[in-house]
Amino acid sequence: MSTPPIALRDVGFGYASTPVLQSVNLTLAEGDFLGIIGPNAGGKTTLLKIILGLLEPDQGTVEVFGRPPAASRGSIGYVPQYAKFDAGFPIDVLETVRMGCLGPSVRALGQAGQRDLAMAAIERVELTDLKSERLDRLSGGQLQRVLIARALVSEPRILLLDEPTASVDTRIGRSVYELLGLLSGSMTIILVSHDIGVISRYVRTIACLNVRLHYHHSRELTDEMVEAAYGCPVDLVAHGHPHRVLPTHSGEGG
Amino acid sequence: MISDALGYEFFQRALMAGLLASVACGVVGTFVVVRRIASISGGLAHASFGGIGLGYLVGFPPMAGALAFGIASALGIGVAELRLRQGMDTLIAMVWAVGMALGIVFASLAPGPTPDLLSYLFGNILFVPPVYLWLTAALDVVLLLLMRFRFRQLQAVAFDEEFSWVIGLPVGRMFLLLLGLTAVTVVVLIRVVGVILVIALLTIPAAIARHWAGGLSHMMMLAAVVGGLCISAGLFVSYGLSVAFGVDIPTGPFIILLAAALYGLSSLALALRAGKRTA
Repeated sequence: MSTPPIALRDVGFGYASTPVLQSVNLTLAEGDFLGIIGPNAGGKTTLLKIILGLLEPDQGTVEVFGRPPAASRGSIGYVPQYAKFDAGFPIDVLETVRMGCLGPSVRALGQAGQRDLAMAAIERVELTDLKSERLDRLSGGQLQRVLIARALVSEPRILLLDEPTASVDTRIGRSVYELLGLLSGSMTIILVSHDIGVISRYVRTIACLNVRLHYHHSRELTDEMVEAAYGCPVDLVAHGHPHRVLPTHSGEGG
Repeated sequence: MISDALGYEFFQRALMAGLLASVACGVVGTFVVVRRIASISGGLAHASFGGIGLGYLVGFPPMAGALAFGIASALGIGVAELRLRQGMDTLIAMVWAVGMALGIVFASLAPGPTPDLLSYLFGNILFVPPVYLWLTAALDVVLLLLMRFRFRQLQAVAFDEEFSWVIGLPVGRMFLLLLGLTAVTVVVLIRVVGVILVIALLTIPAAIARHWAGGLSHMMMLAAVVGGLCISAGLFVSYGLSVAFGVDIPTGPFIILLAAALYGLSSLALALRAGKRTA
């Protein structure tokens, strides 16, 4: 059996009194496409950052292709939440996407090869016409696609996406998911989102995260999982989408 | 009158020093502005005074002490920022003040007449020692070579540290390199134009360039040009005022005010343009 791309064993993060993550176990096989849903502050972004090696877990072990995440840098493509970027930073679409070429796997290609690779990634997310546009003149959806292209340019074996459709209109959102569907055979993908309805249509398996991870290796989102993840606090249920979306999903799920 | 001014050796030297300094400030200032480390560069500039004082006390060249103090402070602040990952302004202010205090104490203990630290603080572009022209030119060459070979990495780290780490760039080392470069630039240029004009030249031209640049390398070139224009204009106008009307305005502060006025105009133009686009 080959080494799993991602293996988390008993991972915990945060203080005992206010844990962010607790006893998270997760093993993904090559080509898996996992969607993770859960309430705000449920630890979704923290989990991604632990897999990326940006954060060290307080308990448990994390392995990416059998090695600690820090030793596997360069094998993961990462699409962060876009909200954190400095609007005043002068950089255009092509330069941003080319950042993805600085990793070890494509560095050897040389300037021209990297540029071609970046242009191909830009074309894949349908932004060719905007390649020289400054990032702060793009719409939310366009910026999101730039970040996806930047993550794809090095053809990573793992792709992690943090709310990639948070501020994107439905059509763009769908095109993002369809792109991920196309990619999902050739790479292992984890997609974090609050958008249960859409997510469940494209991912292969789904998990709920609220400090603990509820995961049954299936695409079915059971009532128990949602209840366990969104749990008792009624205000979270009211904030989130499960109430509205669950019935539709149950209908489609079979 | 322009040819008049250019006839004086001190004026030629001042103009040359200003233009050379503009290049370094365009490159480093661009990173200072987009990475928001202007207060760190202020701290480093003043921390280097400890080294100047120590030089007088122990008897080595004050500028060597300033470089050592500047770089050590840069590394200290850099490591602290990388470890703590939060607002560093208290530490920066402390380094700022302690460096100055050390400089003054060391200098007062030095044998002989107390050296004039203030001349280092304020500098004077009209009296640049010739050797500093060469030093500034060397600094420019080093910076331009670095941009030739490491621009994309530095740009990535300045734009998105987390992503840069994920793809395998040495983020910590790049950040320390950036602070080290800032320290060296500030220390070399302090002697050329004084600390106040250094801070102004690092921030104001780059801030103007950011309004209009399409990319980071474009911003560097634009910042260098804007800085060079402000310095040239400042030198010629203050010379002209002095000759024609007998009005003596200190050149350094005049350059700063000119640059600040240009920044105001640039902001206004940007706001007008944005208004036109949404209208």
